[in-house]
Amino acid sequence: MTTTNTTTRYAEAAIEADPNVPGVHIWRDFDATPEQLLRAHTDPELFVRWIGPNAVNSRIDQWDCRTLGSYRYVCEHDGVDHAFRGTFPEVSDNKIVQTFTYEGMPEAIALETMTFEDLGDGRTRLHGFSLCDSFEGRDGMLSSGMDVGVHEGYAKLDAMLADGAV
Amino acid sequence: MTDPLSRVFAALADPTRRDIVARLTEQDATVGEIAAPYDVSLQAVSKHLKVLEEAGLVTRSRDAQRRPVHLEAEVFDLMTKWIERYRQQAEERFRRLDAVLADMNDDLEQPAEEGTAS
Repeated sequence: MTTTNTTTRYAEAAIEADPNVPGVHIWRDFDATPEQLLRAHTDPELFVRWIGPNAVNSRIDQWDCRTLGSYRYVCEHDGVDHAFRGTFPEVSDNKIVQTFTYEGMPEAIALETMTFEDLGDGRTRLHGFSLCDSFEGRDGMLSSGMDVGVHEGYAKLDAMLADGAV
Repeated sequence: MTDPLSRVFAALADPTRRDIVARLTEQDATVGEIAAPYDVSLQAVSKHLKVLEEAGLVTRSRDAQRRPVHLEAEVFDLMTKWIERYRQQAEERFRRLDAVLADMNDDLEQPAEEGTAS
Protein backbone atom coordinates (compact mmCIF):
# COMPACT_ATOMS: atom_id res chain seq x y z
CA MET A 1 0.00 0.00 0.00
CA THR A 2 2.99 2.29 0.35
CA THR A 3 3.83 2.23 -3.33
CA THR A 4 1.49 3.34 -6.05
CA ASN A 5 1.02 1.27 -9.16
CA THR A 6 -1.04 1.62 -12.27
CA THR A 7 -3.53 -1.12 -11.42
CA THR A 8 -4.66 0.57 -8.22
CA ARG A 9 -7.33 3.21 -8.68
CA TYR A 10 -7.90 5.96 -6.16
CA ALA A 11 -11.45 7.06 -6.99
CA GLU A 12 -11.56 8.25 -3.38
CA ALA A 13 -8.78 9.65 -1.25
CA ALA A 14 -6.49 7.08 0.38
CA ILE A 15 -4.40 8.02 3.41
CA GLU A 16 -1.40 6.38 4.98
CA ALA A 17 0.70 7.47 7.92
CA ASP A 18 4.34 6.81 6.99
CA PRO A 19 5.88 4.18 9.29
CA ASN A 20 9.41 5.60 9.20
CA VAL A 21 9.15 9.39 9.17
CA PRO A 22 6.50 11.75 10.62
CA GLY A 23 4.64 12.11 7.37
CA VAL A 24 1.29 11.37 5.80
CA HIS A 25 0.72 10.13 2.26
CA ILE A 26 -2.44 10.84 0.32
CA TRP A 27 -3.51 9.57 -3.10
CA ARG A 28 -6.43 10.59 -5.30
CA ASP A 29 -7.18 10.21 -9.02
CA PHE A 30 -8.83 13.03 -10.99
CA ASP A 31 -10.61 13.28 -14.33
CA ALA A 32 -8.17 15.89 -15.57
CA THR A 33 -4.79 16.38 -17.15
CA PRO A 34 -1.70 17.10 -15.02
CA GLU A 35 -1.74 20.60 -16.50
CA GLN A 36 -5.31 21.22 -15.30
CA LEU A 37 -4.55 19.83 -11.86
CA LEU A 38 -1.49 22.06 -11.61
CA ARG A 39 -3.53 25.09 -12.66
CA ALA A 40 -6.21 24.33 -10.04
CA HIS A 41 -3.41 24.47 -7.46
CA THR A 42 -1.49 27.48 -8.77
CA ASP A 43 -4.23 29.84 -9.99
CA PRO A 44 -5.46 31.69 -6.85
CA GLU A 45 -9.00 32.17 -8.22
CA LEU A 46 -9.35 28.44 -8.83
CA PHE A 47 -7.52 27.41 -5.65
CA VAL A 48 -9.72 29.48 -3.35
CA ARG A 49 -12.81 27.75 -4.73
CA TRP A 50 -11.90 24.34 -3.34
CA ILE A 51 -9.31 24.61 -0.56
CA GLY A 52 -11.43 25.57 2.46
CA PRO A 53 -13.83 23.32 4.34
CA ASN A 54 -17.46 23.46 3.21
CA ALA A 55 -18.63 25.76 5.98
CA VAL A 56 -15.77 28.17 5.48
CA ASN A 57 -15.11 31.29 3.44
CA SER A 58 -11.58 31.34 2.10
CA ARG A 59 -9.75 34.34 0.74
CA ILE A 60 -6.27 34.77 -0.66
CA ASP A 61 -4.17 37.33 1.16
CA GLN A 62 -0.98 36.85 -0.82
CA TRP A 63 -0.16 34.55 -3.72
CA ASP A 64 2.98 33.99 -5.74
CA CYS A 65 2.88 30.34 -6.72
CA ARG A 66 6.19 29.80 -8.50
CA THR A 67 9.60 28.55 -7.45
CA LEU A 68 10.79 30.69 -4.48
CA GLY A 69 7.39 32.35 -4.19
CA SER A 70 5.16 32.47 -1.13
CA TYR A 71 1.50 32.47 -0.13
CA ARG A 72 -0.93 33.30 2.63
CA TYR A 73 -4.64 32.57 2.73
CA VAL A 74 -7.29 32.99 5.37
CA CYS A 75 -10.22 30.72 6.16
CA GLU A 76 -13.07 32.22 8.14
CA HIS A 77 -15.03 29.87 10.35
CA ASP A 78 -17.72 31.04 12.78
CA GLY A 79 -16.42 34.59 12.53
CA VAL A 80 -12.87 33.55 13.40
CA ASP A 81 -10.03 33.87 10.89
CA HIS A 82 -7.54 31.03 10.52
CA ALA A 83 -4.53 31.94 8.41
CA PHE A 84 -2.16 29.58 6.60
CA ARG A 85 1.09 30.58 4.99
CA GLY A 86 4.24 29.23 3.45
CA THR A 87 6.76 29.36 0.66
CA PHE A 88 7.16 27.41 -2.57
CA PRO A 89 10.67 25.89 -2.80
CA GLU A 90 9.74 24.38 -6.16
CA VAL A 91 6.88 24.62 -8.64
CA SER A 92 7.25 22.68 -11.89
CA ASP A 93 4.97 21.08 -14.50
CA ASN A 94 4.05 18.07 -12.41
CA LYS A 95 5.20 18.96 -8.91
CA ILE A 96 4.57 21.55 -6.21
CA VAL A 97 6.73 21.69 -3.10
CA GLN A 98 5.55 24.05 -0.39
CA THR A 99 6.02 24.75 3.27
CA PHE A 100 2.78 24.86 5.23
CA THR A 101 2.15 26.62 8.53
CA TYR A 102 -1.00 27.31 10.48
CA GLU A 103 -0.40 30.72 11.99
CA GLY A 104 -1.96 29.58 15.25
CA MET A 105 1.07 27.27 15.60
CA PRO A 106 3.75 29.09 13.62
CA GLU A 107 6.62 26.95 14.93
CA ALA A 108 5.19 23.79 13.35
CA ILE A 109 6.22 24.03 9.71
CA ALA A 110 5.37 21.11 7.47
CA LEU A 111 6.89 20.38 4.07
CA GLU A 112 4.34 19.30 1.48
CA THR A 113 5.13 17.71 -1.86
CA MET A 114 2.42 17.19 -4.43
CA THR A 115 3.11 15.29 -7.60
CA PHE A 116 0.75 14.89 -10.54
CA GLU A 117 1.19 11.65 -12.44
CA ASP A 118 -0.41 11.30 -15.88
CA LEU A 119 -2.25 7.95 -15.90
CA GLY A 120 -2.55 8.10 -19.67
CA ASP A 121 -6.35 7.75 -19.88
CA GLY A 122 -7.32 11.38 -19.30
CA ARG A 123 -6.83 10.90 -15.60
CA THR A 124 -4.15 12.17 -13.30
CA ARG A 125 -3.04 10.84 -9.93
CA LEU A 126 -2.27 13.28 -7.17
CA HIS A 127 0.20 12.01 -4.59
CA GLY A 128 0.63 14.33 -1.65
CA PHE A 129 3.21 13.84 1.06
CA SER A 130 3.16 16.05 4.16
CA LEU A 131 6.30 15.83 6.27
CA CYS A 132 5.81 17.22 9.78
CA ASP A 133 8.53 18.36 12.16
CA SER A 134 7.79 15.66 14.72
CA PHE A 135 5.67 12.55 15.22
CA GLU A 136 3.58 14.53 17.70
CA GLY A 137 3.04 17.16 15.00
CA ARG A 138 1.97 14.50 12.54
CA ASP A 139 -0.50 13.05 15.03
CA GLY A 140 -1.79 16.56 15.69
CA MET A 141 -2.36 17.08 11.99
CA LEU A 142 -4.18 13.77 11.62
CA SER A 143 -6.42 14.51 14.58
CA SER A 144 -7.09 18.15 13.72
CA GLY A 145 -10.75 18.73 13.08
CA MET A 146 -11.64 15.84 15.31
CA ASP A 147 -13.99 16.49 18.19
CA VAL A 148 -11.33 14.85 20.28
CA GLY A 149 -8.00 16.52 19.59
CA VAL A 150 -4.60 14.96 19.93
CA HIS A 151 -4.09 15.95 23.56
CA GLU A 152 -7.46 14.60 24.61
CA GLY A 153 -6.59 11.54 22.56
CA TYR A 154 -3.34 11.06 24.48
CA ALA A 155 -5.20 11.66 27.74
CA LYS A 156 -7.74 9.03 26.78
CA LEU A 157 -5.00 6.60 25.84
CA ASP A 158 -3.17 7.34 29.11
CA ALA A 159 -6.36 6.66 31.02
CA MET A 160 -6.87 3.41 29.16
CA LEU A 161 -3.29 2.38 29.95
CA ALA A 162 -3.75 3.34 33.61
CA ASP A 163 -7.02 1.40 33.79
CA GLY A 164 -5.25 -1.69 32.65
CA ALA A 165 -7.62 -1.70 29.68
CA VAL A 166 -4.55 -1.93 27.50
CA MET B 1 9.46 7.28 18.14
CA THR B 2 8.14 7.39 21.67
CA ASP B 3 4.60 8.72 21.67
CA PRO B 4 1.81 6.13 21.80
CA LEU B 5 -0.01 7.12 18.62
CA SER B 6 3.12 6.85 16.53
CA ARG B 7 3.79 3.40 17.93
CA VAL B 8 0.29 2.39 16.82
CA PHE B 9 0.77 3.89 13.36
CA ALA B 10 4.12 2.15 13.02
CA ALA B 11 2.66 -1.14 14.23
CA LEU B 12 -0.14 -0.94 11.68
CA ALA B 13 2.16 0.04 8.82
CA ASP B 14 3.11 -3.60 8.25
CA PRO B 15 0.71 -5.67 6.09
CA THR B 16 1.16 -8.87 8.11
CA ARG B 17 0.41 -7.03 11.35
CA ARG B 18 -2.63 -5.38 9.74
CA ASP B 19 -3.80 -8.85 8.74
CA ILE B 20 -3.24 -10.20 12.25
CA VAL B 21 -5.26 -7.31 13.69
CA ALA B 22 -8.06 -7.92 11.16
CA ARG B 23 -8.25 -11.57 12.19
CA LEU B 24 -8.22 -10.72 15.88
CA THR B 25 -11.29 -8.48 15.39
CA GLU B 26 -13.22 -11.74 15.02
CA GLN B 27 -11.93 -13.59 18.05
CA ASP B 28 -8.97 -14.12 20.36
CA ALA B 29 -6.38 -16.57 19.10
CA THR B 30 -3.22 -18.29 20.27
CA VAL B 31 0.14 -17.60 18.66
CA GLY B 32 -0.06 -20.95 16.90
CA GLU B 33 -3.51 -20.19 15.50
CA ILE B 34 -2.36 -16.78 14.35
CA ALA B 35 0.74 -18.21 12.68
CA ALA B 36 -1.05 -21.06 10.87
CA PRO B 37 -2.02 -19.26 7.62
CA TYR B 38 1.36 -17.57 7.18
CA ASP B 39 4.44 -19.02 5.57
CA VAL B 40 6.67 -17.73 8.35
CA SER B 41 8.10 -19.10 11.58
CA LEU B 42 6.35 -18.92 14.93
CA GLN B 43 9.25 -16.77 16.00
CA ALA B 44 8.53 -14.21 13.27
CA VAL B 45 4.87 -14.09 14.27
CA SER B 46 5.87 -13.66 17.91
CA LYS B 47 7.96 -10.68 16.88
CA HIS B 48 4.97 -9.11 15.10
CA LEU B 49 2.83 -9.73 18.18
CA LYS B 50 5.44 -8.07 20.37
CA VAL B 51 5.26 -4.93 18.23
CA LEU B 52 1.46 -4.94 18.44
CA GLU B 53 1.64 -5.53 22.20
CA GLU B 54 4.08 -2.67 22.74
CA ALA B 55 1.77 -0.37 20.79
CA GLY B 56 -1.06 -1.33 23.13
CA LEU B 57 -3.05 -2.91 20.33
CA VAL B 58 -3.09 -6.45 21.73
CA THR B 59 -2.77 -8.07 25.12
CA ARG B 60 -2.12 -11.64 26.23
CA SER B 61 -4.19 -13.16 28.94
CA ARG B 62 -2.45 -14.74 31.88
CA ASP B 63 -3.98 -18.12 31.14
CA ALA B 64 -0.68 -19.98 31.26
CA GLN B 65 -1.70 -22.80 28.95
CA ARG B 66 -3.06 -20.98 25.92
CA ARG B 67 -2.17 -17.33 26.45
CA PRO B 68 -4.62 -16.21 23.78
CA VAL B 69 -3.96 -12.86 22.10
CA HIS B 70 -6.72 -10.30 22.54
CA LEU B 71 -7.27 -7.21 20.38
CA GLU B 72 -7.73 -3.95 22.30
CA ALA B 73 -10.49 -2.72 20.04
CA GLU B 74 -10.80 0.66 21.75
CA VAL B 75 -7.23 1.67 20.90
CA PHE B 76 -7.63 0.38 17.36
CA ASP B 77 -10.92 2.26 16.90
CA LEU B 78 -9.45 5.54 18.17
CA MET B 79 -6.67 5.41 15.57
CA THR B 80 -8.85 4.34 12.67
CA LYS B 81 -11.41 7.01 13.55
CA TRP B 82 -8.78 9.74 13.43
CA ILE B 83 -7.41 8.54 10.11
CA GLU B 84 -10.87 8.11 8.62
CA ARG B 85 -12.00 11.57 9.69
CA TYR B 86 -8.86 13.09 8.18
CA ARG B 87 -9.43 11.09 5.00
CA GLN B 88 -13.04 12.23 4.75
CA GLN B 89 -12.04 15.86 5.09
CA ALA B 90 -9.47 15.40 2.32
CA GLU B 91 -12.07 13.65 0.17
CA GLU B 92 -14.54 16.53 0.64
CA ARG B 93 -11.83 18.96 -0.47
CA PHE B 94 -11.01 16.81 -3.50
CA ARG B 95 -14.69 16.66 -4.49
CA ARG B 96 -14.75 20.45 -4.59
CA LEU B 97 -11.59 20.21 -6.70
CA ASP B 98 -13.41 17.72 -9.00
CA ALA B 99 -16.09 20.37 -9.56
CA VAL B 100 -13.51 23.07 -10.33
CA LEU B 101 -11.76 20.73 -12.79
CA ALA B 102 -15.09 19.90 -14.46
CA ASP B 103 -15.72 23.64 -14.93
CA MET B 104 -12.29 23.99 -16.50
CA ASN B 105 -13.20 21.20 -18.92
CA ASP B 106 -16.45 22.92 -19.84
CA ASP B 107 -14.55 26.11 -20.58
CA LEU B 108 -12.16 24.26 -22.86
CA GLU B 109 -14.49 21.98 -24.75
CA GLN B 110 -16.70 22.98 -27.61
CA PRO B 111 -20.04 21.20 -27.56
CA ALA B 112 -18.53 18.36 -29.55
CA GLU B 113 -19.58 14.72 -29.79
CA GLU B 114 -16.50 13.21 -28.28
CA GLY B 115 -14.80 13.16 -24.96
CA THR B 116 -16.98 14.97 -22.50
CA ALA B 117 -15.54 14.53 -19.06
CA SER B 118 -17.59 11.97 -17.25
